[in-house]
Amino acid sequence: MVSKVTSHLSQNEPLLFERSSPGKKGYQLPSLDVPAVDPVSALGAENVRGEVAGFPEVSEVETIRHFTRLSTWNYAIDLGLYPLGSCTMKYNPRVNEAAARVDGLAWGHPYQPESLAQGAMEIMAVLERYLAEITGMDAVTLQPAAGAHGEFTGILLMRACLEARGDARASILVPDSSHGTNPATARMCGYEVVNVKSTSRGLVDMEHFRGLLNPSVAGIMITNPNTLGLFEENITEITRLLHENGSLVYMDGANMNALAGISRPGDFGVDVMHLNLHKTFSTPHGGGGPGAGPVAVKRLLEPYLPAPRIVQEDGTYRYNYDLPESIGKVRAFYGNFGVFVRALAYILAHGSGLRNATLDALLNANYLRAGIEAHYTLPYQDRSLHEVVFSDSIQAKNGVKTGDIAKRLIDYGFHPYTTSFPLIVPGAMMIEPTETEGKQELDFFIEAMASIAREARENPELVLNAPHSTRVRRVDEVTAARKPIVRWEASS
Amino acid sequence: MRYLPKSDSERLEMLKACGLSSLDDLVAHLPPEVLQKQALELPPGQSEYEIMDYFRARGERMADGYASFLGGGVYRHFRPVLADVVVSRSEFLTSYTPYQAEISQGTLMTIFEFQTMICQLTGMEVANASMYDGSTAVPEAALMAARITRRERILVARGVHPEYRDVLKSSVKYQDLPVVEFGFDPESGEIDLADLASKLDDTVAAVIIQSPNYFGVVENTKAAAALAHQHGALLVSVFTEAVSLGLLTPPAEADIVAGELQSFAISPSYGGPFAGVIATKMAHIRQMPGRIVGQTTDLNGNRAFCLTLSTREQHIRREKATSNICTNQALIALMATVFMAVYGKQGLRELTSQNLAKAHYLAEGLDRRFSGPFFNEFVVRCGSPEALNTALLGEKIIGGIPLGRYYPELADCMLLCATEMSRRDEMDTLKRACASQSEGMLANSRV
Repeated sequence: MVSKVTSHLSQNEPLLFERSSPGKKGYQLPSLDVPAVDPVSALGAENVRGEVAGFPEVSEVETIRHFTRLSTWNYAIDLGLYPLGSCTMKYNPRVNEAAARVDGLAWGHPYQPESLAQGAMEIMAVLERYLAEITGMDAVTLQPAAGAHGEFTGILLMRACLEARGDARASILVPDSSHGTNPATARMCGYEVVNVKSTSRGLVDMEHFRGLLNPSVAGIMITNPNTLGLFEENITEITRLLHENGSLVYMDGANMNALAGISRPGDFGVDVMHLNLHKTFSTPHGGGGPGAGPVAVKRLLEPYLPAPRIVQEDGTYRYNYDLPESIGKVRAFYGNFGVFVRALAYILAHGSGLRNATLDALLNANYLRAGIEAHYTLPYQDRSLHEVVFSDSIQAKNGVKTGDIAKRLIDYGFHPYTTSFPLIVPGAMMIEPTETEGKQELDFFIEAMASIAREARENPELVLNAPHSTRVRRVDEVTAARKPIVRWEASS
Repeated sequence: MRYLPKSDSERLEMLKACGLSSLDDLVAHLPPEVLQKQALELPPGQSEYEIMDYFRARGERMADGYASFLGGGVYRHFRPVLADVVVSRSEFLTSYTPYQAEISQGTLMTIFEFQTMICQLTGMEVANASMYDGSTAVPEAALMAARITRRERILVARGVHPEYRDVLKSSVKYQDLPVVEFGFDPESGEIDLADLASKLDDTVAAVIIQSPNYFGVVENTKAAAALAHQHGALLVSVFTEAVSLGLLTPPAEADIVAGELQSFAISPSYGGPFAGVIATKMAHIRQMPGRIVGQTTDLNGNRAFCLTLSTREQHIRREKATSNICTNQALIALMATVFMAVYGKQGLRELTSQNLAKAHYLAEGLDRRFSGPFFNEFVVRCGSPEALNTALLGEKIIGGIPLGRYYPELADCMLLCATEMSRRDEMDTLKRACASQSEGMLANSRV
């Protein structure tokens, strides 16, 4: 066993409701400086509820212990490598958190007058400008709340533009290596999904692609580099053919961490794309969110961007709601502003050196690949960019699957890689280290992967029953889905 | 660069292991025409000190030091210190979606607690692990209702937050789900039941109302539900002011509850990130979008939690998924969870009492536009809301939200909100300014 981890005690902790006791308090309000109002006379008896049955009553000390104990049951980037492919789990700089908590920003109300919101508006305008520069696009909306929401916004923009030309068209091409949100998004915008095959090298099959082009194709949703971590080498040809066909090009920017400072989608023919600020731009994933999914567009799509847009006149920022061709709003207010602050802080920290971060991300992925390649099947041989996808085919002969290897990694002190995705790789193991890992952590991971490959060969049971050292063992997800228990009840 | 943990000699060593000699070799295989020729036009990288300075300077160009009576979907409530303490724990802040249950029990258990408390507050039987925000939860609820009823029309009350309605319309535009609005009673500000009845038929999937509505008026959820159910439609009840759930009768007659939890220790943060939520009856769980945490056991038979019913989700169902939603707002929902734990049963009630008292104190003597019962927000008639707001800014007070943009018939009205953070002296100043304005003596009112 490598030396990254040693087991230690883990505190037990019940649910809040099981800690509750009538009369315990974790709060104190200031005394009321106006006369009290009787709820029943103010609202009518029919509008006033009784006590919230089951709601917890716990003290402040118990509350902080409760959440602190639970926190120790989690793995996190701050504990080590978190190599989830396509998730870009990089270090979340803490200065970004401090910046987002600056009082004037954190307490900003979206409806405060523009004259008292210039700071926030400038932050958004500057972030829009920087994102346009990094992507090579012309205009940016920050409104979408997350990546999939950005996809949705982007395809709405595409549709609005095509409708304005008189024909929204019927279908969207989606490579078979794409993330599941792409086809789901296309459907939500009223488009049929047409899958594009990949070649044995893992790239868009150009022959198949050409055969699919016809006047009903609205556009493509393409991820570049794709989910195999490979650059679509025919991207310029793909975008040219689509434009000739009167179609538009949407790029899923989930993998922008491979391109920032190296290559700009706007320069290779992309018309519209989203960015995940919680991936490329280091804002924390927070156990599943919040994210932010800004959408960057070329000039031809700008008139359709969501309202309002920030404009600057004579050094003053104001909102423009007079956008007759806009697709409307996709989220209330202006988007996840607190996430914008963090992303801008990240861009300011790297500045023009963003390219160096990208190169380190590519170096780390290729270094892991070189270290692991001897033990696992590498289905696609082209040079990797920011991530690499292996297959479990060698280990599967002994009954050990990607999910088992993933669980065994936990015993070695790592979060697993992404399992079983992309779907075109049987038993996929998708590994993205990001640039914020040092050599030592990567070496531990390589050793762990080599060691697990050995175990799969010599003692498969050990891997099949992993993890062994966690506070809970493998969890029965089948029963959870069959007989859902989704809230605590007094009797349970 | 401080975020890149490698020395140059380590880089060289690693390149060598890859069979490469320079960092540029890592991108040498890209087609030359896609390689960026010029460096990014960004300023040079900055220190921590400079970054904080940058944002502090922007923060000073905001509304620090002003009292505010703005509500309308974003509320000023005191944020218990523990909320930031807990979400700053690395293990919550820097973890991913809890797909690997064995090393995510912390996040999973807090979500289970969150789901439970949302059910307790709303009278529903299951809640998801959060949505992006309240506005985006509404179209998701509408689509969910359409899936359940297999019907194709949505009725939405004009008393629902105008921006939420905008989001609803742009979100369902291509889903063959026309959205029709129905009005409010001009006296009470409640939904116009007659207008609703006239628009209901057996093609309607959902009737969407908000309570308290955008005007702060508490709606008659029971009556709306009865009417919707008569026609086989579902009732979706929306809330934007989560604190009100501690005092108002829960919308238990609704089929789906969709709401915004910003009031629960979530910074206004100029409009986001917030946390929305959808809750419903168990019968509809499989049509509910978003992640759900369930209780189960591990190999040793011990209690454990995991994400469940993920076969509804897009990474498995692709184009057949219930929604394309992937990210949720776990960390923000955690703030709300901490808030609910800190205040608890008694505290939430006391908090609502303070909000009720402050808002009713503020309303006393003002020309309230609607007669319907209200919690902590209400509409006042004030001649010119813009002129009043300008006068108030001179007193370092941000007044209310002028209603003309979304409700032309209410162009002489503003929406005011008072919370436990509203001070009596600030409210008195606002009341004086209102009175002066209505007496046309605004110019003399500045002290």
